[in-house]
Amino acid sequence: MATDRRKFILNIARGAGLTALGGLMWSAYVDEVTANKLILRPPGAIKEEDFLKTCIKCGLCVEACPYDTLILAKPGDNKPLGTPYFTPRDIACYMCDDIPCVPVCPSGALDESSVTTNGKLDINIAKMGVAVVDTKNCIAFWGIQCDACYRACPLLDKAIYLQYDKNDRTGKHAFLKPIVDSDFCTGCGLCEHACVTKKAAITVLPRDIVLGAVDTNYVKGWDKKDEERLKDAKEIHTVTKMSERKAVDSLNDMGGLLDD
Amino acid sequence: MTSIWKHYRFLILRRLTQVSLMFLYFAGNVWGWKMLQGNLSSSSVLGIIPLSDPFAALQMFSAGAAMATNVILGAAIITIFYLVIGGRVFCSWVCPVNLITDSANYIRRKFGFNQIQKKQPASRNIRYWVLALSLVLSYILGVTAFEFISPISITHRSIIFGLGFGWAAMLVIFLFDLFILKNGWCGHICPLGGFYSTLGKFSLIRVDHDEEKCTVCMKCKEVCPENQVLFMIGKSSEQILMGECTNCGRCVEVCDDDALNFSIRNFIARNKDVKKN
Repeated sequence: MATDRRKFILNIARGAGLTALGGLMWSAYVDEVTANKLILRPPGAIKEEDFLKTCIKCGLCVEACPYDTLILAKPGDNKPLGTPYFTPRDIACYMCDDIPCVPVCPSGALDESSVTTNGKLDINIAKMGVAVVDTKNCIAFWGIQCDACYRACPLLDKAIYLQYDKNDRTGKHAFLKPIVDSDFCTGCGLCEHACVTKKAAITVLPRDIVLGAVDTNYVKGWDKKDEERLKDAKEIHTVTKMSERKAVDSLNDMGGLLDD
Repeated sequence: MTSIWKHYRFLILRRLTQVSLMFLYFAGNVWGWKMLQGNLSSSSVLGIIPLSDPFAALQMFSAGAAMATNVILGAAIITIFYLVIGGRVFCSWVCPVNLITDSANYIRRKFGFNQIQKKQPASRNIRYWVLALSLVLSYILGVTAFEFISPISITHRSIIFGLGFGWAAMLVIFLFDLFILKNGWCGHICPLGGFYSTLGKFSLIRVDHDEEKCTVCMKCKEVCPENQVLFMIGKSSEQILMGECTNCGRCVEVCDDDALNFSIRNFIARNKDVKKN
């Protein structure tokens, strides 16, 4: 009887130990593979954190892609297993008008409404990532004429425009510098694909990695719409012991100085 | 020839379904065939009917994902389908890992490993613990926990979308089943099998044992991947009602005495048993 009870307790403890061990290793692995933030998702993808719980890993978007841009992460790709991604330097997103990859998604991990304007699919508002120029290794910034990325951009003159600067080194030439406007850039990566340098000097990265965010305390005074945020703002007046006297009074206070 | 058909008819049909399903998925990816697109996690039949893995859907739910209608609908279709034809029919008729573990088991039988290693050192209930753990970890980590390590998904994705290091997962399962534990993956650990076992408790199509015809040759028990479900062989005439039965039909076809056959679940007889208890 006593040994039976001991055996029972030991078995329970063994089960709990194995569960804890297994669970720990399992969660450590999953935590590690899902921590990869530098991954480019198909158009219309929801926030990465939600994407990882929502994507069912069926590959229907991958099958729908006519350019074989999208890949389902295989073991060894070092990406969250089974989720779709693309590598622009290999094959960029060609921004199909009918966006075949998005409506086929059964799970809502690719959100059709985020690539729809006025009830019509609109790939131009997709936000897969944002292009970043390495100004030290971009030959256009050296003064050599190259507009490969600018020409490759499907939103030419909007997502990438050329900024003309005087080349002081030669004194008679211009720099034609490619500048990315993140308001328009979809992150398709055609620029990265087209870049002529050995390793691309323009790279697409996830937007939340690259883009900053300004807190609400900064108001663009020159922008009427932004200025409107101040319409209902109230002044906050703080009273402390220091503020009992005016600052000027404090400066004019000669007390103690003249008596000497 | 007829004897081969008689003794291997379900095995042949199973291999045929497994291979042709994988082929249709493969063709859906490579040549854009519309018949069956996606993979076993979620697919679309003829571009209209959604199908989804109910266990994956359950993990999504416990991870806190917003559940899309297509996933819920697809999971419901699959659940109802297996409730009718047998929960673990998925395991023996659809799942590609079954090909790996069956071949490991075949080698075990041919080389007599089972005679050397008579007692299996692990419980067949581990799968239910792994099943519970999948849901708990999905909840804690906020991702579909099993889907990120599932060798089943790795295998079918490898077949449909390309291999990568997927072969390693397959090899590990093969070696594990061959040398470490008989029916190790499918019969002990796999939480998807555990999930379908729970469904299988209620399913309609059953193997029926007729004790009066049985000569107790035990061929069925030797070939069965879940032989604990055949506890009544030679003892009493009843249906195999345990959820772990995969309805693979191997016992039916190896039986030379016609003592095992597929049938519809006998609800009345079951009620009688309940009364007796």
